[in-house]
Amino acid sequence: MSHDHVRRQIVGRGIPFHGHDIDTDRIMPARFLKSVTFEGLEKHVFEDDRRHAPEHPFNQPRYQGASILIVGRNFGSGSSREHAPEGLRRWGIRGLIGESFAEIFIGNCIAIGLPCVTLAPEDVVWLMETVARNPEHEIVLHVEDRVVRVGDRTIPAKIADGHRHQLLTGTWNATGVLLEAGDAIERLAKSLPYVTGH
Amino acid sequence: MAKALLDKVWDAHTVRTLPSGHTQLFFGLHLIHEVTSPQAFQMLREMGLRVRFPERTFATIDHIVPTASQVRPFRDALAEEMTAHLVSNCKEFGVPLFDLDSGRQGIVHIIGPELGLTQPGMTIACGDSHTSTHGALGALAFGIGTSQVRDVLATQCLGMDKPKLRQIRVVGSLARGVYAKDVILAIIHRLGVKGGVGYAYEYAGSAIQAMSMEERLTICNMSIEGGARVGYVNPDATTFAYLRGRPFAPQGEAFDRAVTWWTSMATDPDATFDDVFRLDAASIEPMVTWGINPGQSAGVSEPIPDPAEAPETDRAAWAEALAFMSFEPGRPIVGTPIDVAFIGSCTNARLSDLRAAAEVARGRKVARGLRALVVPGSQAVAKAAEAEGLHEIFQEAGFEWRKAGCSLCLGMNEDKLSGREICASSSNRNFKGRQGSPTGRTLLMSPAMVAAAAIAGKVTDVREWLR
Repeated sequence: MSHDHVRRQIVGRGIPFHGHDIDTDRIMPARFLKSVTFEGLEKHVFEDDRRHAPEHPFNQPRYQGASILIVGRNFGSGSSREHAPEGLRRWGIRGLIGESFAEIFIGNCIAIGLPCVTLAPEDVVWLMETVARNPEHEIVLHVEDRVVRVGDRTIPAKIADGHRHQLLTGTWNATGVLLEAGDAIERLAKSLPYVTGH
Repeated sequence: MAKALLDKVWDAHTVRTLPSGHTQLFFGLHLIHEVTSPQAFQMLREMGLRVRFPERTFATIDHIVPTASQVRPFRDALAEEMTAHLVSNCKEFGVPLFDLDSGRQGIVHIIGPELGLTQPGMTIACGDSHTSTHGALGALAFGIGTSQVRDVLATQCLGMDKPKLRQIRVVGSLARGVYAKDVILAIIHRLGVKGGVGYAYEYAGSAIQAMSMEERLTICNMSIEGGARVGYVNPDATTFAYLRGRPFAPQGEAFDRAVTWWTSMATDPDATFDDVFRLDAASIEPMVTWGINPGQSAGVSEPIPDPAEAPETDRAAWAEALAFMSFEPGRPIVGTPIDVAFIGSCTNARLSDLRAAAEVARGRKVARGLRALVVPGSQAVAKAAEAEGLHEIFQEAGFEWRKAGCSLCLGMNEDKLSGREICASSSNRNFKGRQGSPTGRTLLMSPAMVAAAAIAGKVTDVREWLR
């Protein structure tokens, strides 16, 4: 664990993204997965949706520099491609607030240090409207306190205990923690009939 | 206390509880492919780590591989580069690779079961969301991202929360012309694309028990389309008969001992579930999607629905879907003209899928001007299909007979839609842009329905085509 991996809170401007069930093919079309690195993915976030769509939030000048993505229900469904959250991170996103997230997507976000918290549907709508009216609002996505703060409003937010722990201790890159199990891994393996050949 | 397969397999693979509260879960099988692994191998290299269990890790090439000619170097320089990286990574880290000259290459979710690598009671991970497929044999199989691929390579483990369990009981018999694909599309239609988030799905009931292993693979494959990361069927006589004699399955007396263990891992009769959902098999008709997610579907005899009649929370999504598809609410889905027909993918590219499609295509001709592809799921499927002459039935009808790969399911190779083309597809996702054209359109259906649509040139009810 290292200090710069701790994600106690994310502070920044918001970018609202309307719609539900936004799949990872939309976030990062498959043709941009044809690379052995993640380099340059920031250029292709929502590429097909953004083409010929100046109103797309990621095209709007007023949302450039935003770091907190606000989304609807079941964001990140479909493909397990980490290229989707990795593209968002490289674009500048540091945290996500939504009504709900797809399971593999949220795991991928945590694994690269991007907190995802959920709010009640009406609070998501309020936050999107508030940011749309004034994109300069400072949003605090507070992992430790499980709240989102905007101006004088404090909104209760949910995050799974395990993910919160990983973010607060800077252990979201899990390799080190998993390695600490040491020989217990081999011992477990040897207890499985199919590993020892039945 | 009575336990479900989920509990038993979870407990058997628990290394310890992590400080985060997550379970450190051991994975008995790790499958990798060329698209989601190169960055993971690079991270491993940067950390100075090796692959912890190379003998429990297997690789193949499927996502970007061309299906017209597979002679290397590939014409597509990026595809060639990714393939070369996989080959060299496997060599450097000692991971077995089912390469193009192995006779065992194919879509990762086809070859795992086919080779007997996938077995009951296992935990399985793969950097692909359709890893849920392997649950058909009674395994817990999780789709993961690239950082998690790194973790499994380095430790054979992941930190995870145990999902809740929903049993999906499908009872009764399927009508002729109704397939496993229609069953899973009907389930997703009823429970929604996010209904399974946080759950594992246990598929049970007389209709599931009556299914072949290949049909169960189709069902479990699309669990993730319903939001469930994991789906499984309890192992039974069908499972054991399927596994017997497969290259990586236990042989001889070890097989009998394995059957005893596999049987013991099945859900106990009096186990309880967090939720139970029941579906009458006889009520299911051939399904077709009309929208941009796999839950937006209808029975083939039904009209395209009207967003005005949608539940409040779905109204905007339905309207967006119909606008993208250029479909009019209230019109029948039958008769919708198609430009492309695709039979393939990890959902429906096994021998029984090709047989069902060939039964419809036999002695008939693909509609004029329509592009039709059959892409077998693996080299072994291709060989078996050719041995019984299925390729000739398809070719005589005007289908192209291709080599194994993911192909037009996700358009990462040369097989893509162009412009606004509409594709009748036996694959698993109808997302915007999924088949390689940002404006291309996908109608998901069973392989037999795709074959019928290819011949008619439009969506048609396959039940009228079966002799």
